[in-house]
Amino acid sequence: MFNYDGYLNTVLSGALITIEVALLSLALAIFFGILGALAKLSKNVVLRTVAVSYTTIIRSVPDLVLMLLIYFGGQVFVNYLALLIGYEEYIEISPFIAGVSTIGFIFGAYLTETFRGAIIAVPKGQIEAGEAIGMSRLQVLRRILFPQMMRYALPGFGNNWLVLLKTTALVSVIGLDDMVRKASLAAGATQKPFSFYLLVAIAFLAFTTISTLLLQWAEHRYSLQAKGEK
Amino acid sequence: MDFSFILDNLDLYLQGLLTTSKLVLSALVLGFVIAVPLALMRLSSVFALRTIARSYIYFLRGTPLLIQLFLIYYGVGQLESIKASFLWVFFKEAYWCALLAFTLNTSAYTAEILRGAINTTPEGEIEAAKSFGMNKWKILRRILLPSAFRRALPAYSNEVIFLLHGSAVAGIITLIDITGAARIINSKYYSPFEAFITAALFYMLLSFLVIGLFRLLEKKWQQSSGQQ
Repeated sequence: MFNYDGYLNTVLSGALITIEVALLSLALAIFFGILGALAKLSKNVVLRTVAVSYTTIIRSVPDLVLMLLIYFGGQVFVNYLALLIGYEEYIEISPFIAGVSTIGFIFGAYLTETFRGAIIAVPKGQIEAGEAIGMSRLQVLRRILFPQMMRYALPGFGNNWLVLLKTTALVSVIGLDDMVRKASLAAGATQKPFSFYLLVAIAFLAFTTISTLLLQWAEHRYSLQAKGEK
Repeated sequence: MDFSFILDNLDLYLQGLLTTSKLVLSALVLGFVIAVPLALMRLSSVFALRTIARSYIYFLRGTPLLIQLFLIYYGVGQLESIKASFLWVFFKEAYWCALLAFTLNTSAYTAEILRGAINTTPEGEIEAAKSFGMNKWKILRRILLPSAFRRALPAYSNEVIFLLHGSAVAGIITLIDITGAARIINSKYYSPFEAFITAALFYMLLSFLVIGLFRLLEKKWQQSSGQQ
């Protein structure tokens, strides 16, 4: 049952793509998350409304549906735009870009909530103190707000990362050659679906376990620092 | 965008809505039934029970639902012993495989939520029950579990939403749930926007319904606990 007929390396090379997709999506999600949190906390009504609609809509629709919408819809949209400017060749969106941007966009909404909560948790006095000694807004953000909010954001951030990691399995549905799709192809060729999907499950288990350990370490480290500062 | 052909095919979406609702509701009920003993096992002082529950939860929470579904739907066919037995009637149907995968998955998450809620039971409640002369079983049934359910409610409503959204993967293994219906419409008319936005709206509707129901439930339970 655990003879992989030479497909082991194929699946493991897919694991690298899975990690790549996960990390890139995370970077994008952090970007959207910070933007969203700042918009939600801003005094501007338009920004606030956009941010609230963003988080409400994204969080009430399944990841898979959004992914299919952005992948297939994006394809039609891009080709429509291309036709408008006179480009008649058919353009294909790479599943890698569609996957990363969708996952990043989705988890940006979740991280918006995490970051917003963390920003609120930083005592007002800290920010006022920063302003009082003449720091600019950017300086306050960089030196006061950001380091302190990370401490509050870490648990929520960790949970989101674990969910994101597992969501990457869905990119196989839009045809990206990640670990799941490579395993599916190998399973079809060898008639051993159980062996290959179990292998993928174990790989995911390894990823989540390592992540959990790293996150525990990070939380411990940040809380130690907090104690030292008091 | 033109939604007229969506209206023509509305019955397909309604069929999907029914499948999604049936799958999710049954999985939630069955998953909850498994989750209660699982949470108690996880908190048990018996090492073997604790380890079994912990491994079960660890595996199901650490792997994607999609892989669990594939393992059950595609994977089990590789196991000759099951293929030869009466169980095969069950495992060859996509619907039962999806139900099994969703049930196992939600049972693990729910058990963790319940464990957290049981852990935070005020010591005084248990002591009061003991001084009333209740036995262990009675304390569990009358004090520990009802009190834990109340505290677990907000986290559990999140799990319900997660399962509802996670259930979209059923559309991948040929089932016509909401996502499955959208995929059929998309391939038939090649109009991804209309097809998937309609699916998204159905899911939103269900999500808001779930959130509303839980709000009502929370309010009701808060009152029956003597308004804190």
